[in-house]
Amino acid sequence: MQKHRISKVQIRKVAVAFLLFTASGSLLTVSDVNAMHISEGILPFHWAAFWSLLAVPFVAYGLYRLRKLSAADLSFKPLVGLMAAVVFIISCMPIPVPTAGSCSHPCGTAISGILVGPAISILVAAVALLIQALFLAHGGLSTWGANLISMGVMGSFAGFLTFKALRSMKVNLVISGFAAGLLADWATYFTTSVELASGIQGDSPFIPLFSKILIAFIPTQLPLGILEGAMTAGMIVLLYKKRPDLLIKMKVLKTGEAA
Amino acid sequence: MKVQSSRLKAQGFGMILLLFAAFCILPPLTRAGEKWSGVDESVIKKVAKEHGQETRKPFINTDQGDLLLFLFLLAGAVGGFIAGYYWRALTGENTDQVKNLKEDV
Repeated sequence: MQKHRISKVQIRKVAVAFLLFTASGSLLTVSDVNAMHISEGILPFHWAAFWSLLAVPFVAYGLYRLRKLSAADLSFKPLVGLMAAVVFIISCMPIPVPTAGSCSHPCGTAISGILVGPAISILVAAVALLIQALFLAHGGLSTWGANLISMGVMGSFAGFLTFKALRSMKVNLVISGFAAGLLADWATYFTTSVELASGIQGDSPFIPLFSKILIAFIPTQLPLGILEGAMTAGMIVLLYKKRPDLLIKMKVLKTGEAA
Repeated sequence: MKVQSSRLKAQGFGMILLLFAAFCILPPLTRAGEKWSGVDESVIKKVAKEHGQETRKPFINTDQGDLLLFLFLLAGAVGGFIAGYYWRALTGENTDQVKNLKEDV
């Protein structure tokens, strides 16, 4: 019995070490500033200020929700901590896409939107984007608001609403999670296209420029969205197997749905 | 329960197939100028440059030599540690936090 317990502890330690190694290794593959967020200086000042001002109320509401939920239930914090780490790692992890010959990253905001709600997911994305802009030359401080609106706000809400809508139609957990991840990723890059086209258009008409940017994203983001869908579904299934009670508590599942 | 589990496995397998198909079948619609560059290089910066917008150096420029590589490694290590720590706190069987969580539910 004792031996069995020790080996279980050892397995967990190895799993944690493996997770650490994988995360480090995947981030180590970066050889240049291959950031996928909108970089510093790309958007003119007035557009950068507009997106930042638009993002502020979402962050404030996220802070309010976090305080309220944490005060009501202390056990909420480990899940927020996990989601913060997951969003941070996933959103600065360049993944090579063979169909396009380029790299991009998933967002991770679908899974956090589903598990901790869109408001707190936005807050988590805001912190992740700020750290990346400050220390990893990934995104930018002036484009923080634009990146937060696309990845945090649109990603979280698209993931959350897709998942809720499909679950209300009795679609199973895997397909709902997959669709949520897929649409969250595509919604993020759709919004990035809108932000970029509106920011740089000058005298050019908006729609052709927007379409051009969106089409240019497709070879990379189409398969990456599928990957993000698979990751989101995988994480939900893993939590369903390990902690169905937690999914009930976070209102991801109804009491009768956890077998 | 068993039926549900095998259904989940089948769906997981289906998803892997779908992913594989996406990687193999989708034709390369456009190719980045430089192999494996980020979409910021191949899409964002390229289009922005065509419209007269250039990127600026970050306020804290860590893109110097291997400094950025070190920071990415550090960020990955710290992020991975935090993720692993909280995952264990949430799913480990003997931690107090999990006991409390289960009691709450």
